[in-house]
Amino acid sequence: MILGTTIILAVREIRRHLLRSFLTILGIVIGVSAVVTMVTLGNGATAAVKQQISGLGANILQIRPGQGFGRGGGGPQPPDFKPADVDAIRTQIAGVKAVAPQASSSGIAVRNAANWSTTINGTTADYFTAQDWKLSAGRIFTPAEEQAGRAVCILGSTVVTNLFRQEEAVGQRFRIKDVSCQVIGTLATRGQGGFGNDQDDVVIMPIKAVQRRFTGNRDIRNIMVSVDEAYDTGTVQAATQKLLRERRNISGGKDDDFNIFDTKQIADTLQGTTQILTALLGAVAAVSLLVGGIGIMNIMLVSVTERTREIGIRLAIGAVASEVLLQFLVEAVALACLGGVIGLLLALIASVSLAPVLRVPFIFDLQINLLAFFFSALIGVVFGYFPARRAASLNPIDALRHE
Amino acid sequence: MSAPDPIIALRGVTKTFGQGATAFQAVKGVDLDIMAGDFVAVMGPSGSGKSTTMNILGCLDVPTGGEFRFKGHHVERLDRDQRALLRRRYLGFVFQGFNLLARTTALENVELPLLYRGEDKKTRADMGMAALDKVGLADWWDHTPAELSGGQQQRVAIARAIVTQPDVLLADEPTGNLDSERSVEIMDLLTDLNRTAGITVLMVTHEQDMADFAHTIIHFKDGLVDRTHATGRGQAA
Ligand SMILES: Nc1ncnc2c1ncn2[C@@H]1O[C@H](COP(=O)(O)OP(=O)(O)OP(=O)(O)O)[C@@H](O)[C@H]1O
Ligand SMILES: [Mg+2]
Repeated sequence: MILGTTIILAVREIRRHLLRSFLTILGIVIGVSAVVTMVTLGNGATAAVKQQISGLGANILQIRPGQGFGRGGGGPQPPDFKPADVDAIRTQIAGVKAVAPQASSSGIAVRNAANWSTTINGTTADYFTAQDWKLSAGRIFTPAEEQAGRAVCILGSTVVTNLFRQEEAVGQRFRIKDVSCQVIGTLATRGQGGFGNDQDDVVIMPIKAVQRRFTGNRDIRNIMVSVDEAYDTGTVQAATQKLLRERRNISGGKDDDFNIFDTKQIADTLQGTTQILTALLGAVAAVSLLVGGIGIMNIMLVSVTERTREIGIRLAIGAVASEVLLQFLVEAVALACLGGVIGLLLALIASVSLAPVLRVPFIFDLQINLLAFFFSALIGVVFGYFPARRAASLNPIDALRHE
Repeated sequence: MSAPDPIIALRGVTKTFGQGATAFQAVKGVDLDIMAGDFVAVMGPSGSGKSTTMNILGCLDVPTGGEFRFKGHHVERLDRDQRALLRRRYLGFVFQGFNLLARTTALENVELPLLYRGEDKKTRADMGMAALDKVGLADWWDHTPAELSGGQQQRVAIARAIVTQPDVLLADEPTGNLDSERSVEIMDLLTDLNRTAGITVLMVTHEQDMADFAHTIIHFKDGLVDRTHATGRGQAA
């Protein structure tokens, strides 16, 4: 008998027993939709993390005094960096594209009735190169302004919104910590940073201005090094570490009193974590898909018992064993595929509606959809085979006599 | 006049169920020749091996010993699938319990053997309707068994058995579940199929009235053929 006929028979059977069919595929529906939703949302989360990390800037080394994120426990605090350290890195290390020293403070910015508490970041024009951060209006510092430590500033979009509302900010003045400051530029919006911070909530001034007017010394808290794409960040990091150890007189086996942080490393770590999480959730969901497959086998087995007389009739009428086998198999596969399609639709609805709630982008992943679908078909074949073989091997007389 | 070969020939056929101490010989050595076009009624007490023999004749079961030739084929040498193909091509079955597929219309039930023969949709519908028409149920084609009376269900079953234009129709107590009026209708139908379509009919029955429709009556007793006699109707035809 041709496959087409078997499909007709199988579809007829499915239609005739809608409730039974629905219960059979429920496990597959839930399994497939769980797997696909988990993986889709997981991919969205990975993409979101990737995007946020790219906000940290690519190929950037962050150099800070102390070890780890803090400044270390007891003992004397390691000193900040000197302007000469910055020049040394710039001139002596190969593969350095830009070096931006940073000194930071914080304070309340006031303009007319508006005031806004924000971060003050003192740096050089190199900072914008290193961060690959574009201006939305105005200009960056001139070398003369940097040299003189003029009170000129470039504002992040959050600060602009809070101080100037709809007004044009460039050219205006405002006060921050009692220093009158002229706005020469505004920055393009960056959004959330890798650690959930608002990157646009910042006032950027020449480092000398910040040192003189706010921190009161010439110390540099943080050096940002942008590495040329052609160079390996690891090599540049090692060279920088060696240079700084010399300059800070750290000899032999003594630990560094500073740390160099490769943003790519954080990116890889964070991304790896979300990927592992996605895989884990997917695996849990895959188990539920397997359970769904066992459900199909269970119901198919029950239906073989239930339909013994029907099988007897078919055999008596002249069906050969392979045709009965094929019919049951096609029924199981058709059911599994149907379950797969419904599961994919549910997953689509679930991921589209959950993505905004979880604040991750919805990314349609064709691969996982196809994979889940073929897997459910495979489940139909595997778990449909044993009941089908049982049906086909029945003796027609015994089957007919079955009540 | 040279005697034509019988369509069915049994030689020393035995059937034993079970093994060892629990073995039970239900058929103990049956010799039987059935000519094409005959209308045979099989009678005998309960447990005398009628159904067992019918199952062998219907190629549903194989004899334990002896020889069974159907249209020259040695059926005892065929495997499961080959016997299934013989059933598909040459045999039609009518059972005491009707054995229609539930929740399936009369036409779909009748079309079923054609599906296994690989007929296309239109042929199936045409032949199915013709068979239903022959049993007088053309108007009931879209009714499911639950919506039909016992007599009607048995007629649908007969339509299903003859839709493939078989050589032999096997009926094990076809009227066992019907009242006498319905039974006579079924017997008239079988008689008509035997006469006009030339189908060889083999029928098991417990009722003498029904057996009297046949041309030949075979009596079974203790797993053996006790006696065979003609009713005289065969010559009249
Ligand atoms: N599958 C089987 N296993 C064991 N014994 C069987 C089997 N089928 C039939 N028998 C036995 O074989 C004997 C003949 O059975 P069969 O069904 O052929 O009788 P029958 O003549 O059709 O009787 P009835 O008129 O009651 O239908 C019975 O004693 C029965 O118990
Ligand atoms: Mg019987």
